[in-house]
Amino acid sequence: VGRKSLAKRKEIMNAMAQGSMPLQVLLVEDNPADVLLTREAFSDSQTPIFLHVASDGVEAMAFLRREGSYVDAPFPDLILLDLNLPRINGCEVLAHIKADDKLKNIPTLILTASEAEADVARSYQLHANCYLSKPAKFDAFGELARSIREFWLTKLPPRRRLLGEKIRANERKP
Amino acid sequence: MKTIGGGGMPIEVLLVEDSPGDVRLTQEAFRDANMSIHLHVATDGVEAMAFLRHEGTHVRAPRPDLILLDLNLPRMDGREVLAHIKENEDLKTIPTVILTTSEAEADIARSYQLQANCYLCKPVQLDAFENLVKSINDFWLTKVKLPQQRPGG
Repeated sequence: VGRKSLAKRKEIMNAMAQGSMPLQVLLVEDNPADVLLTREAFSDSQTPIFLHVASDGVEAMAFLRREGSYVDAPFPDLILLDLNLPRINGCEVLAHIKADDKLKNIPTLILTASEAEADVARSYQLHANCYLSKPAKFDAFGELARSIREFWLTKLPPRRRLLGEKIRANERKP
Repeated sequence: MKTIGGGGMPIEVLLVEDSPGDVRLTQEAFRDANMSIHLHVATDGVEAMAFLRHEGTHVRAPRPDLILLDLNLPRMDGREVLAHIKENEDLKTIPTVILTTSEAEADIARSYQLQANCYLCKPVQLDAFENLVKSINDFWLTKVKLPQQRPGG
């Protein structure tokens, strides 16, 4: 357990004590510029948001399964998933999430540059919660990220988040 | 941002709702938010499935771009409708949003287990209900890329 994750845990505990549970968002994205834009768009939220970043599909699955260095990873409230990723692509990550009874409840939004009809159809076939095309323009990307924040992060059932924490606590018991 | 189909094609929305008051509110809120929506209403689960399968009087029913589904419905309830939609290769790609008064944790978890695309609690207050419909329009019918009509067809 690194110092970083301890600090993060402390931050979570503080937020819990104040009654404002931070939202945990997992962004699976290999493009640093898009990561930065998403981070900026999420930073002015009233509810504290922790944006975790996995830069490929293998890392995303390790995060979700709490493997390796992700043993302390939180249960995400929302996943933003790019399709074109190194190692395991987004469709495969999506298929793993939606076939796993523990993970399938996490709303998983496809956020990709692809507008190919085949990608859209395949994502919905694999039970993506929704499909969003990344706009090429800087401003439009920020607007999209804000609308994700406003729509999804205000409508996630708060008790589900607590349930996620509870599941996690139970899993930890030896 | 272009709407579904482009070229001024109407957006077909199927609302599965048995409360006439909620139907009316939803119709009015959508009318204010977006003129190009065709809102179809099924008042129970059996009718919803007939609409989706083009059976009986629904033989010419369009394929919806979005489904808004209440959970507590007469004859066949929303959970069963959702399960039928998400088990059907042809229908499963239609985004299906649960819109219900239930805030029960069991309903939320079960809906996501059955692959609902989104779960929304109906607010009791009139203003809040209108705002919710507006936000469904702004997000699902404006930002989201919906699948084209009929995969492969």
